[in-house]
Amino acid sequence: MNYNVNEKGYYGDFGGAYIPEMLYPNVEELRQNYIKVMQEPDFQKEFNELLKEYVGRPTPLYFAKRFSEKYGTKIYLKREDLCHTGAHKVNNTIGQILMAKRLGKTRIIAETGAGQHGVATATVCALMGFECIVYMGAVDIKRQAPNVARMKMLGATVVAAESGSKTLKDATNEAIRDWINNPTDTHYIIGSVVGPHPYPDMVARFQSVISAEVKKQLLEKEGRENPDYVVACVGGGSNAAGIYYHYLDNPEVGIIAVEAAGKGIHSGESAATSALGKEGIIHGSKTLLMQTADGQITEPYSISAGLDYPGVGPMHAHLFRSGRGEFISVTDADAMEAGLELSKLEGIIPAIETSHALAIFNDRKFKKDDVIVINLSGRGDKDLNTYIEYFDLA
Amino acid sequence: MNRINKRLQEDKELLSIYFTAGYPKLEDTVPVIEELVKAGVDMIEIGLPFSDPLADGPTIQESSTAALKNGMTTAKLFEQIKDIRKTVDIPLIVMGYFNPMLQYGVEKFCKECAAIGIDGLIMPDLPLAEYQEHYQAIFEKYDLKMVFLITPQTTDERIKQIDAASDSFIYMVSSASTTGKTSGFGSVQTDYFERIAGLSLNNPQIVGFGIKDEETFKAATKSAKGAIIGSAFITDLTKNGISGISKFIKTIRA
Repeated sequence: MNYNVNEKGYYGDFGGAYIPEMLYPNVEELRQNYIKVMQEPDFQKEFNELLKEYVGRPTPLYFAKRFSEKYGTKIYLKREDLCHTGAHKVNNTIGQILMAKRLGKTRIIAETGAGQHGVATATVCALMGFECIVYMGAVDIKRQAPNVARMKMLGATVVAAESGSKTLKDATNEAIRDWINNPTDTHYIIGSVVGPHPYPDMVARFQSVISAEVKKQLLEKEGRENPDYVVACVGGGSNAAGIYYHYLDNPEVGIIAVEAAGKGIHSGESAATSALGKEGIIHGSKTLLMQTADGQITEPYSISAGLDYPGVGPMHAHLFRSGRGEFISVTDADAMEAGLELSKLEGIIPAIETSHALAIFNDRKFKKDDVIVINLSGRGDKDLNTYIEYFDLA
Repeated sequence: MNRINKRLQEDKELLSIYFTAGYPKLEDTVPVIEELVKAGVDMIEIGLPFSDPLADGPTIQESSTAALKNGMTTAKLFEQIKDIRKTVDIPLIVMGYFNPMLQYGVEKFCKECAAIGIDGLIMPDLPLAEYQEHYQAIFEKYDLKMVFLITPQTTDERIKQIDAASDSFIYMVSSASTTGKTSGFGSVQTDYFERIAGLSLNNPQIVGFGIKDEETFKAATKSAKGAIIGSAFITDLTKNGISGISKFIKTIRA
């Protein structure tokens, strides 16, 4: 089976471009150009130089000795938290800003949940001198105050999405509306592997630098390119797509996706799409989606602002349905404990998104000589308030 | 002949009204339709509310949210309008987003519409290619006209493709915008309307987005067959209720 996108923009049953006609010219322009542009030597050169000199790539593949000892297996952490701006998101925004420049766009819009993608977008807009508008749910603006301040310092305008649950889904709706209203000069930098084709594939390709590096680094450390498992948290799923990318067609590498169970899968406050979702359409693509029997999109919940999205990218929906990916969900409580544990065992404070991926060892057992690579997608500075309140650290 | 096609042949400028089913109150759907017919509108778009209406602005989104809170569902809408053809003869179109239709079952949805006497469907997020590949045969089996949108950014080539795939009218979005956004028509719109008129398409065009009063209705129907009012109607309905409908329609077309 093929786990990559086909020429029509589908991963198995999922994907496509279900967009209003108002967005057709923009999406079509991108679809016709993205691969061509990405393959231009000049683009490659600029992209790779910026990843190296500005983002700080390659990021280390760190063997977490104390964490490994605790769980009796070999755990490596791919340190995307060490990227400039503190998360993997910047790999994609660097790529997309270069894409926007080549498509002749002058204005950038973005949506953000945790604020990491918003910061990464505001950063590259500052770098390139583009106007930048970031849509963010009003609820997320409150719980991610440091990232809002960062975006403002970087010159971006942060617009609060006041509809629905006032989180990531609603910020995405507002960004799409902005794009409809500004069809010629604006590029929409989507931050995850969601949205109409070609976004899921384009974002996955920009993030694929993560697994490309893991292959080289693991060869040096373990004498083999392939770990036994790659593990990542999945909201929309961009960090996961990045660390899975070069392993999709290697069946010997297990793919583990970790979703946010929130207060429990059946608590009514959850974002575990693979468990609760059904095939449907959100933000322009057919995927697994949390919805009512009547097709209304429901409001997800997670303590982590980056994971409370009611769908997953179409690549992940396909990995789930085909059985290629193993999907695990982790509660708020288990994620928070795992975040604290990694801090104490390794001196690394992870983003709460990532803490979900770190929490799988409670239930999922591995062999002693299994090599597991976890994508440490972001650092926890932005989540300090949540950690402080949760553990009463003040 | 399908009621939409019949009406399009009439020698008059058509006034079509969009409203959200189940708004302001859950059981208002049929009374609103009947009042619109009494007021003399030519066609009605029954909006099936959706939680995430991407192509719509705040007015329609708020009415949709309210309708969903009232308890509106696809099944409920079909139940409400199952006898509508006993009293209403004008073309009726269901306008909504594709996910609720997909969850109901595309074939079951079409079959139900045909049984009730619905004439056409507008699904802004079901694009031409997906429609043609997966659903056209089903729509045609039940004689439901699928209405496609075009915008000022749609190329002539694509407009011709849409024209070829259509068999009723083309929904001409007046400007690059979500619903309820534009204020009046300037030369940009007029040029666009004339460009489309100059393409000599097989299907007539009806203009939507930004129509709110007599002036914009007249401007829109100068070169197009008719115009659709949505947000401005919802705003009036919110303010003046069902009893204000005939007065509102008179302000558009005396």
